Amino acid sequence: MTGEAWIDLIASIREAFEVVLIVKSLCTEYPGDRGTAIQAAHDVSFTVPDGKLFTLLGPSGCGKTTTLRSIAGLETPTSGEVCLHGKVVFSSAAGVSIPPSRRNFGMVFQSYAIWPHMSVFQNAAFPLEVSRRKPGRKEIADRVMRVLRAVALNDLADRAATKLSGGQQQRLALARALVMEPELLLLDEPLSNLDAKLRERMRFELKRTQRELALTTVYVTHDQSEALALSHEIAVMNEGRIVQIGSPRQIYERPCNQFVADFIGTTNFIDAQVIEETVDGRCRVGTPVGALNAQCLDRLPRNEAVTVSVRPEDVELSEQPPEGGDRDTVCVGVVDAKAFLGEHLDFHVRIGDLVLLARAHPSLRTLVGERIFVRMRADKCIALPATSAAKA
Amino acid sequence: MAWAATPSTYRMRLAPDAKWFVVGAAVGLAAWLALVPLGFLLWQSFLTPETAEHPAQLTFDNYRTAYWSVETLRVFGNSVEFAIGSASLAFFIGTVFAWINERTDTPFKSTFFALSLVPLVIPAILFTVSWILLASPKIGIINIAVQNLFATELVVTNIYSMGGMIFVDGLHQSPLAYLLMTAAFRSMDPSLEESALMCGATVLQIARRLTLKLVWPAAVAGFLILFLRAIESFEVPALLGLPVGIEVYTSSIYQAVQSYPSDIGLASSYGMALIVIASVCFYAQSRMAAAVEKFSTVTGKGFRPRVMRIGRWRYLAAATFATYLAIIVVLPFLVLVWCSLQKFYVAPSMAALRNVTLDAYRAVFDYPAFANAVWNSLVLSVASATVVTLTTAVLCWIVTRTKLPGRWLLDNLASLPLMFPGLVLGLAIMVCYLHVGIGVYGTLWIMLIAYVTRFMPYGMRYNAASMLALHKELEESAMMSGASWGVTFWRVVLPLLKPGLTAGWIYVVIVSVRELSSSILLYSPGSEVLSIMIWEYWQNGQSVELSALGVMLIASLLCLVLLERFASRRFGIADPAV
Repeated sequence: MTGEAWIDLIASIREAFEVVLIVKSLCTEYPGDRGTAIQAAHDVSFTVPDGKLFTLLGPSGCGKTTTLRSIAGLETPTSGEVCLHGKVVFSSAAGVSIPPSRRNFGMVFQSYAIWPHMSVFQNAAFPLEVSRRKPGRKEIADRVMRVLRAVALNDLADRAATKLSGGQQQRLALARALVMEPELLLLDEPLSNLDAKLRERMRFELKRTQRELALTTVYVTHDQSEALALSHEIAVMNEGRIVQIGSPRQIYERPCNQFVADFIGTTNFIDAQVIEETVDGRCRVGTPVGALNAQCLDRLPRNEAVTVSVRPEDVELSEQPPEGGDRDTVCVGVVDAKAFLGEHLDFHVRIGDLVLLARAHPSLRTLVGERIFVRMRADKCIALPATSAAKA
Repeated sequence: MAWAATPSTYRMRLAPDAKWFVVGAAVGLAAWLALVPLGFLLWQSFLTPETAEHPAQLTFDNYRTAYWSVETLRVFGNSVEFAIGSASLAFFIGTVFAWINERTDTPFKSTFFALSLVPLVIPAILFTVSWILLASPKIGIINIAVQNLFATELVVTNIYSMGGMIFVDGLHQSPLAYLLMTAAFRSMDPSLEESALMCGATVLQIARRLTLKLVWPAAVAGFLILFLRAIESFEVPALLGLPVGIEVYTSSIYQAVQSYPSDIGLASSYGMALIVIASVCFYAQSRMAAAVEKFSTVTGKGFRPRVMRIGRWRYLAAATFATYLAIIVVLPFLVLVWCSLQKFYVAPSMAALRNVTLDAYRAVFDYPAFANAVWNSLVLSVASATVVTLTTAVLCWIVTRTKLPGRWLLDNLASLPLMFPGLVLGLAIMVCYLHVGIGVYGTLWIMLIAYVTRFMPYGMRYNAASMLALHKELEESAMMSGASWGVTFWRVVLPLLKPGLTAGWIYVVIVSVRELSSSILLYSPGSEVLSIMIWEYWQNGQSVELSALGVMLIASLLCLVLLERFASRRFGIADPAV
């Protein structure tokens, strides 16, 4: 074995030890109308390393919340296994299912579920008061105040919970989940009920808190920018299945199929056909606008129909002919329409029958109907199998 | 930062849990209460009367007597005539006033709405008695006044007739009809009418092609409820019909039980007929209610019904409304007050005014059974309200929160007693505990069982509404916080349901105090309640003492209703209409 292989092996072993949460082929069904079963989560498997934030991302109804609730124990999966720190929390094969109240997972719900008949302090103290080894009054007070201070609610401890603003409720829900010092934190769209400005601020707060406590976290959201900003790793889900798992950058820059490319951010799809397959993940494809160099994840045989995805910000525009590298594609188009959006400018560029969306700096002032040059770098054009996610 | 690990009890799948005991107990109680008496009633209806000489024998004679005689045809005809008449009258009055109050610019609308709930507290027996005092041919104030005024012997009103029965029962049900139709008018989305208006339809076209069609299912459902209530009504037919031989099902059942030897088999077969009629109505009503739900598309935002301007007519409308309230609340109450201030009943006159006395009230307080009856009523109403509230809270939780198979069955089971007319329920429970020797027969316990059974459906309605409004995540977050089911239910669910539970609790207290038709077959010396005491006063012809007791009862029920209104308004809980 070479030295590099040894290093890889050691790294993977270390990673295996650091994995906190293992979810193995989880399936969860809902009873639907007329006795049918609706598969909400199907064969979901992933692992979360210690102290990392893992996000389940997908459109509504994709099974992400069901998966989270199955981990929490609020839903009983039909099959699969959930392990935490090597202990089995749920296993259909072994017949183990620990009730949610014994799992010691902190959870923040989408609605926050702040109990309106209790004060801020009472809300945060509840998990300690009902715990089986109930601490003394003084210890409860200490721990609650410490966690309230962490979320900057210590001044409002005696206030009725109903008198809190949206952002404060969100922080109280987080405090309540943290006060029990959970082994795992589950967050179900915790920012979706806040207005846009506050959401952005709370996103950073949440990230800071998670990183400081190094708390292993599973996060559910349908907001791709939230997922990209917060996560160490993202699982994109669709129709009950995980479509792709990867770091935010991988997911964005190397989507594995059309669904992921389309769901994360905005993209252009160009129908194409493989002309020539080259080694190390590169290929050459024929498109309506001519031959194009692209990246591909899987090996694609010749003449295979594919779809090329290219992000609007990677469609580079210029009025002067750009100097292209030998693997870049350069072509000429006409500005079809444009929209000024403040921080950037959206261009619709027509090349033959194809219209591409391009995102340019507002300083580009080419008029509608004028000629414009388009450059697409080979490593930004991703060739995707055309069949894999046509329904998306 | 190190996070504490949980203890190592990791293998416990469906361990015996407080949850399953509580759930099992509630389900068992509901099933026992709803099903067992029904079974006994059915069984008894196939038996001959049991006497000292002859033991009971299996027979179809009861059904033959009950269904194959001219007499029966008459009872059936009377029942249907009475029920349709009463329901139609109530429906007409209720709809007119609901429309006036909801869809026109009549003044004092909110006052009228609040006042229209007051008549609901007057027990049917007191309402009937007050109308006897007002409109009986011999002693009725109306007849005497007319006779004095015009110096004739003419009898203007005869309350002891089918017409009189329909009039009194219809009036007594009309506030309920008003509530039902108000709800129907309110649940209609005004934007539906507005969009028709924008399409160029005239007001008449809108009324005919939209409003009427939209309100139709709710109206039919409301009418069926009124019909059900009328056919179950016991007080009016017993007080007004029996003296002149107009018998309906309920009074026939009463007659059969009170005859000697009491013919429980015959009463049971009459009872089964009533249950069948009620079930059919109930089924049709629930179908209609489902249609109502399909039609009502109120989103809750910007809900401001379009109001019709009726110009000068609005004062007439307001005056009519005021007159109506006077007739159904003020007049009966004043008659009772007047009667209670006399030594014996006389029509109001200057001479009689000089004889005003509080003797009747004194007599009531001196009546040996009075303190006992007050105590019994109090204990029974509080106990039944508490049992009903807590049991139905658990039942509702199961129905709305779990995915237990067969939970819809549970919902129907708990609502089943709605189909028992009060008298039939009393009969069924009497039969049941005559044979099940657990020693409750002839005690307060049997009445508690009857009350709990009878009012369980009300509890379900009250609780289901507030349970549905309770976000599921409030419970789940408690569970994630480490609370067991019992702790979650006790510390989160019940406190959050408290407003709804309180309103439901007070409501059950009120209807328990008013309850007569079940109690009348179940009480025995020592276990009389207030409504029974009123009934006995009437049987003894002590109308003065009856009035005094009635005035005090209405006054205290009124206070309770105001409390209930306060509790449910504060938390926005709608009245369960049935």
